[in-house]
Amino acid sequence: MSNDRLRDLSNSMIAGRLGVPRVPVLRRYEPGQALLPGPALVTAVGAGRFAKPVGALVEESGQKAVEGVGDERLAAVVLDLTAAATLADLAAAQQILTPAVRKIAPSGRLLVLGPEPAEASSAEAAAVAQALDGLVRSIAKELRAGATANLLVVAAEAVPAAVDSSVRFFLSSRSAYVDGQVVHVGVPVGEPQDPTGMDDPIDPDRPLAGRVAVVTGAARGIGAAIADTLARDGASIVAVDIPAAGEGLAAVANRTAGVAVALDITTPEAPQRLLEHLRERHGGVDLVVHNAGITRDKLLANMDAARWDSVLAVNLGAQLRINDALLAADGVLHEAGRIVCVSSQSGIAGNRGQTNYSASKAGIIGMVRAYAPRFAERGATINAVAPGFIETEMTAAMPIGTREAGRRVNSLRQGGLPVDVAETIGWLGQSSSGGVNGQVVRVCGQSILGA
Amino acid sequence: MAPKKSSVRQAAVIGGNRIPFARANGRYARASNLDMLTATLDGLVARYGLAGERLGEVVAGAVLKHSRDFNLTREAVLGSRLAASTPAYDVQQACGTGLEAAIAVSNKIKLGQIDSGVAGGVDTASDAPIAVNEDLRRILVALGAARSAGARLKLLGKLRPGQIVPEIPQNSEPRTGLSMGEHAAITAKEWGVSREAQDELAAASHQHLAAAYDRGFFDDLVTPYLGLTRDDNVRPDSSVEKLARLTPVFGKGEGATMTAGNSTPLTDGSALVLLGSDEWAAEHRLPVLAHFVDAETAAVDYVHGGGADDRYGRDGLLTAPVHAVPRLLARNGLTLQDFDFYEIHEAFASTVLATLKAWEDPAFSKERLGLDTPLGPIDRAKLNVNGSSLAAGHPFAATGGRIVASLATQLHEKGSGRGLISICAAGGQGVVAILEAAE
Ligand SMILES: NC(=O)c1ccc[n+]([C@@H]2O[C@H](COP(=O)([O-])OP(=O)(O)OC[C@H]3O[C@@H](n4cnc5c(N)ncnc54)[C@H](O)[C@@H]3O)[C@@H](O)[C@H]2O)c1
Repeated sequence: MSNDRLRDLSNSMIAGRLGVPRVPVLRRYEPGQALLPGPALVTAVGAGRFAKPVGALVEESGQKAVEGVGDERLAAVVLDLTAAATLADLAAAQQILTPAVRKIAPSGRLLVLGPEPAEASSAEAAAVAQALDGLVRSIAKELRAGATANLLVVAAEAVPAAVDSSVRFFLSSRSAYVDGQVVHVGVPVGEPQDPTGMDDPIDPDRPLAGRVAVVTGAARGIGAAIADTLARDGASIVAVDIPAAGEGLAAVANRTAGVAVALDITTPEAPQRLLEHLRERHGGVDLVVHNAGITRDKLLANMDAARWDSVLAVNLGAQLRINDALLAADGVLHEAGRIVCVSSQSGIAGNRGQTNYSASKAGIIGMVRAYAPRFAERGATINAVAPGFIETEMTAAMPIGTREAGRRVNSLRQGGLPVDVAETIGWLGQSSSGGVNGQVVRVCGQSILGA
Repeated sequence: MAPKKSSVRQAAVIGGNRIPFARANGRYARASNLDMLTATLDGLVARYGLAGERLGEVVAGAVLKHSRDFNLTREAVLGSRLAASTPAYDVQQACGTGLEAAIAVSNKIKLGQIDSGVAGGVDTASDAPIAVNEDLRRILVALGAARSAGARLKLLGKLRPGQIVPEIPQNSEPRTGLSMGEHAAITAKEWGVSREAQDELAAASHQHLAAAYDRGFFDDLVTPYLGLTRDDNVRPDSSVEKLARLTPVFGKGEGATMTAGNSTPLTDGSALVLLGSDEWAAEHRLPVLAHFVDAETAAVDYVHGGGADDRYGRDGLLTAPVHAVPRLLARNGLTLQDFDFYEIHEAFASTVLATLKAWEDPAFSKERLGLDTPLGPIDRAKLNVNGSSLAAGHPFAATGGRIVASLATQLHEKGSGRGLISICAAGGQGVVAILEAAE
């Protein structure tokens, strides 16, 4: 999919001699891949409650967890600052991080766990908690060679198990294009369930085993990558797209050993038909991915009602109606159900010629926040992912100038791949990701647009 | 006569899939029967989540078939996402192929020999097999068998330019030399089927099919293929007035009524249905749309003299269903009026109308069908309600699968009732069947 010539050229010997800045080749996930390719520094300032379990997780995955910086390159740095409350704590963090970032390997991971500013008991503690936001985002901009930095803001009452799936995601190569993000983790909604119904812990290679996942707009592009990725992680796929896209849809359904449903999600009977299908054919659903989306670009001055209405109907209206139907129906959305809505960078930063699209994609963010407590009552979560510049047929058709600009304005200096969006959705879709609710996670390589 | 219902289990119609039908030498000009059948099978597999599944059997066929496609259906299975351990075989009964395949599969299901199966057919008039001239073929066969260089040279000396003219398959009956349309024209004249009535039926077929597409009826029945999303023969704006302007192409002189508008065009396409036992469907969480109740095949003599035109047989080429239906009704204790839907394949509009006239005719019914009272008229509002072959087109072996899947869907939508299928076929044969809505 990616035909990023500059990235390839920049990695050639000639480019190295000429001093052209390298566009890194990001490490990406393959089944069976170890969590980390090298040792991790795992430490805490003060009485952080996560350093120990995260260290154990690293060791269990087959890598060394070290507590100090030595000569070795580090595949990851995990710093637990959940107990940091004073400027002295912050200074201690700097003392740990400065030598550590020098040792971070290509495609390395820096993950900071911090306290919730809203829960802070003093102004200083709130300031320190918030300071981590600026600190981590800046580190993300300084890191090179595909290394990323992200921040998990953890509620005081969240136990280590609540952050487990998120720590795994951000340490692994599954989060290749997620950079400079701040994700809040609370007490998980519902019980984190073992999907296979056995006592074994979740298989890290098949974290979605036994789960039924609906993907709208699955016939091609990002939706097809989502279906492929969720199936690889063990989910049964219900692939939805408009009847006219049936040929591609059948191919996706068959290669994922899933089921194709020809359905225009904007029709009045669509939510009922989808729910009926899920109830009758699959006994319900565990993960709903609202991916279908369209663009009908025009400057607002030239916008007509048809362009406006169709974009809002597909990108937002259909999601609202299906979500309402899921909330209203008994037993279709299973316990530990997960809804993931595909928003967009345009919904955060706005985009010339895309008033309709940006409105719909920003609307998704408002929708997700409003639904979060309601789905939580059902033991379910709802989150959004906001892709930045993702290499698809659509972006391949852009004029080269626009395409090049789009690719480079982020900390990883390249476009993401559809699979990067899909991996992020896979993480949010796990039954063990119940601590993440009502969030918007950007998959944008820390784009400067809208940041 | 009929096996008691209690002694066999029911065969369920679970669903179907077809590709849009395309006019010959158009969108599918470069697609082979194998391409189309495989794509249709994969579409079915996707709709019902059967990837990797071993089914009891896949049975299908084609009327116009290349010799290399001797194992067409098995090859389609091997190229599809079904488990390669799914057995398959080909059948061929002209335009009755698809329905006869469904009968074969449903019978095995009823007897408990298989739990699931796929039936249907495919045809291309664009990629039709062309054989070498018979003289040339003889020489080539002898050449292959020749043992010495001298013998080969002698045979090569027999080659003549005229032998290069290939044999193109004819749409005509081998024993009468008449095309199907010419045969149908004889029947139309015999039964006094008017031009207006034919054009009305044709216009209704187009309007019904277009409306069915618009309301999403085919969303779960059709998978787009090679960029085509609807049958490209359908004319939503078809009307009796427009059809009336066409000049007749079959029959001769004043009484000729059959035009390109009220006859089916040559078409490429493929259609399959998924059948299974109720238990198999339940285990796979699949819906049962209808049950395949019973079927009957009949044949008539259109060859050996005795008809109105004594050169041919006393029955019309496409009138075998006229005989098959009363036998099927009698066996099932039903009358012609006991149906909610009638699916009478529109080979030609006149065929449908002549069939209906025959069932209403007291003299014909008594003499030829042995019935004291005719079967009587049907409620025409229940005939081909979502369009039929005049609008969709008629890739010969695909028509049976198209009709079984559509009728089962209609019965499922209605939630009750019974449907009759009637398909006429070349060779003076006819295949008819009864479907019943699942409770
Ligand atoms: N490509 C990017 O760079 C990018 C960036 C940000 C966000 N996104 C979002 O990601 C999602 C997927 O984008 P893509 O690039 O793969 O687009 P795409 O056009 O390749 O795929 C979208 C799919 O949605 C389907 N669809 C459209 N209307 C539908 C309807 N009414 N019912 C059912 N299905 C329908 C289409 O048929 C198509 O298969 C969209 O929501 C898009 O807004 C994409």
